[in-house]
Amino acid sequence: MISLIIKTKKYLKGINTRILKNQIFAGVVFVFSFITISPIVLIIYKLISKGYKQINLAFFTEIAPDTYEAMIALGNNKIIPGGILNGITGTLLMVALASIIAIPIGLLIGIFLYENNKKKYANIVRDITDIIQGVPSIVLGLIAYFWVVKGITHGFSALAGSFALGVMMLPLIIRSTEETLKMIPETIKEAGLALGVPYHKIILRVLIPTGFSGLLTGILLAISRIIGETAPLMLTALGSMGVNYNIEKPTSAVPLLIWEFYNDPNMVDLIWSSSLILMIFVLILNLISKHIIAKKNN
Amino acid sequence: MSELIKYIEDPILDIKNLSVSYNRDKYAVENVNVGIKKNRITAIMGPSGCGKSTLLRAINRMHALYPTIETKGQISLNGQDTSTMSDIILRRKIGMVFQRPNPFPTMSIYDNVIAGYKLNGIRIKKSERDEIVEKSLQDVTLWDEVKDSLTKKGSFLSGGQQQRLCIARALAFRPDIVLLDEPTSALDPIATKKIEELLIELKEKYTIIMVTHNMAQASRISDYSMFMYIGKLIEYGKTKNLFINPVNKKTEEYLTGKFS
Amino acid sequence: MLNSEKNTKILLFLASLTIVLMASGMVLTLINGSIPIFKEFGINFIFSTKWNPTEGKEAYGALPFIAGTIITSIIAILICFPLAFSTSLFIGEYYRGKKLAKIVGTMVDMLAGIPSIVYGLWGFYVLRPLIVDLGFNSQGYGIFTAGIILAIMIIPYATSITTEIIMMVSNDLKEAGYSLGATRKDVILQIIIPNARSGIFSSYILAFGRALGETMAVTMLIGNTNIIPKSIFDTGNTMASVIANQFGEADGLKLSALIAIGLLLFVITGLINGTGKLLIRKLS
Repeated sequence: MISLIIKTKKYLKGINTRILKNQIFAGVVFVFSFITISPIVLIIYKLISKGYKQINLAFFTEIAPDTYEAMIALGNNKIIPGGILNGITGTLLMVALASIIAIPIGLLIGIFLYENNKKKYANIVRDITDIIQGVPSIVLGLIAYFWVVKGITHGFSALAGSFALGVMMLPLIIRSTEETLKMIPETIKEAGLALGVPYHKIILRVLIPTGFSGLLTGILLAISRIIGETAPLMLTALGSMGVNYNIEKPTSAVPLLIWEFYNDPNMVDLIWSSSLILMIFVLILNLISKHIIAKKNN
Repeated sequence: MSELIKYIEDPILDIKNLSVSYNRDKYAVENVNVGIKKNRITAIMGPSGCGKSTLLRAINRMHALYPTIETKGQISLNGQDTSTMSDIILRRKIGMVFQRPNPFPTMSIYDNVIAGYKLNGIRIKKSERDEIVEKSLQDVTLWDEVKDSLTKKGSFLSGGQQQRLCIARALAFRPDIVLLDEPTSALDPIATKKIEELLIELKEKYTIIMVTHNMAQASRISDYSMFMYIGKLIEYGKTKNLFINPVNKKTEEYLTGKFS
Repeated sequence: MLNSEKNTKILLFLASLTIVLMASGMVLTLINGSIPIFKEFGINFIFSTKWNPTEGKEAYGALPFIAGTIITSIIAILICFPLAFSTSLFIGEYYRGKKLAKIVGTMVDMLAGIPSIVYGLWGFYVLRPLIVDLGFNSQGYGIFTAGIILAIMIIPYATSITTEIIMMVSNDLKEAGYSLGATRKDVILQIIIPNARSGIFSSYILAFGRALGETMAVTMLIGNTNIIPKSIFDTGNTMASVIANQFGEADGLKLSALIAIGLLLFVITGLINGTGKLLIRKLS
């Protein structure tokens, strides 16, 4: 015991080292956290600083220039003419179509999982949902290629792109629906049942309205997830020079345009403004979702 | 109230004008002055919300973990102002046992007992370690029950055994003072009795300060008792005197069960 | 009334079937498309490093892509770990509950919202020249560059789960540690981490799974050479990226090779994600 007291006394001198180590550790955590968040600042800065010049009304209302127009403009030191209208319309078209595919089915499956919570089959369905959520988007593009491009539209098409995007949205909507419904207090559902309200009406008139903000948020977040996807569209929608509303034909999308601009030395400058627009869309969707959640919590 | 402090000569722990507030205006503990006698059990009693746990936790500066809590006043241990000691040293001299037994689930029983050394990075020879573990477990009468399972994790122990393990853990540093925050409120009556007997034995070597919401417990085992009400120290004295002849009306009301 | 309840139940059940059928269909389609290449080369396809599209001498092998995928993802996790873990400690421990933690948390979430192609652009125009300037590689492409971008992309996934897990460690245990004289660092390293071990581990497995499937950012930075990288600054290729790049004109045997690579990617990510999710489920 006495030797221990002596050792502890010796160690009292080491206290300062320990306090120092503690502070260094905290410092490292702080620095690393700072490094972690810096890319978001740097990236947004880059997009804004390089992209704002190209943005004007024409950017939204005109289709993408071809490579010659761009070359001429560059030669004359002018802003490249044209815009990303074909990309915007294509994205809107495919997102809308993907939503039509994914939202109804996603809601139904989410409700199914909520109603059948602990059952074995429901757990399998949930696991499968997780598996699909984890499938890389390029593989989903391959699937859409075979099922839609080859099987339905016999050629690259907006429908194929929408399908790939829809499959990506599906697990997100299923999960958020189930989570939202789970958060609704049992008593609200029981109140409806006690009044003799039929099952499907409880879903339509009680559960969905009560959970509306959560469901909507899930949908908006799913959309913000797919709006920037490029890889699956490369195998399905392919892209197009002009505005296209025919779902059986190839269509452009903002990310696809960005990819085309990137690969064309004459149009490279357009990548920043297009990316900026894309990011703004994503940001708006996220902000709206956060706003909805905040409103609900008040 | 204040008369009694003169009766405690050379208090091992001297608390002067201690106030603790959780936010600007509300004081959880207000202007407490008390001296704690060495090698005795001092109980802190009072209705819920009276500040007894807050007072206890101020002694080993647990409030420092929560920056919104403000502490004022002075605490002296063996004559030395504790504010001159680092948290690390202070907490080795003043150990704490919590209301819910909280042995570290990822450590074996052996490692739990010397967890203090391990966490502090103090390296000691195996023989010394073994000695500390055995002595500490013997002190809490747990040695015979667990000596063959020292390498197992403590989850198979009963609540009472786990709490005794936590006491052993606190004793491993041979602290001057052991603080116990309602140590038996989560335990069954048999385990409670064992720990009460243990504390009576331990006071020969340690000074014990114990928060309890159970007056009967205070009267059973404590030598001195504090009665607190809404953050203030209402009465303090030898337990026998306090219970038989409370000076303050509030104390009397509490002891006779008018409120709890 | 009974009827409508029954009908609703049937409708919900049918909806659930769609996803089961879809998943099965996906697997079948991938297997079906892979048959030609496996028929031709057998299991060697997985271990071969050939990639020769010339007619008459066609030979394909998936090994360089498998290697590239795994190596870049490992580099990504190694870089991601200290950064994401520090951020989790920042949000979940040091500044827990404070506004600063919320702000940092939101900024980390924003990292998840940036599309892959934008990361690729930033990596190409900002990171790549930096790598060139630092003299690591003459062109700036390679598995290291791709690894860095992947690390940034998976940080939000690793951070969010880890933060949740470390916040679940009971306050009792932490206070017990402090009452024994431990410093914050001690409590983190010796109490929080051991008690959150499996949760932390699974969050990085899931982040790893995410990295495996990334396409655009990687394909823009990795150099797209069909070799197995030997040093950290070599170029290479990944499964996702070769599919995206070579799909354009592919048909016949080449197409089958790409589909087979897709199948392998599907299986590998499925296994990794499955393991991660299983570990997390074990905790709850």
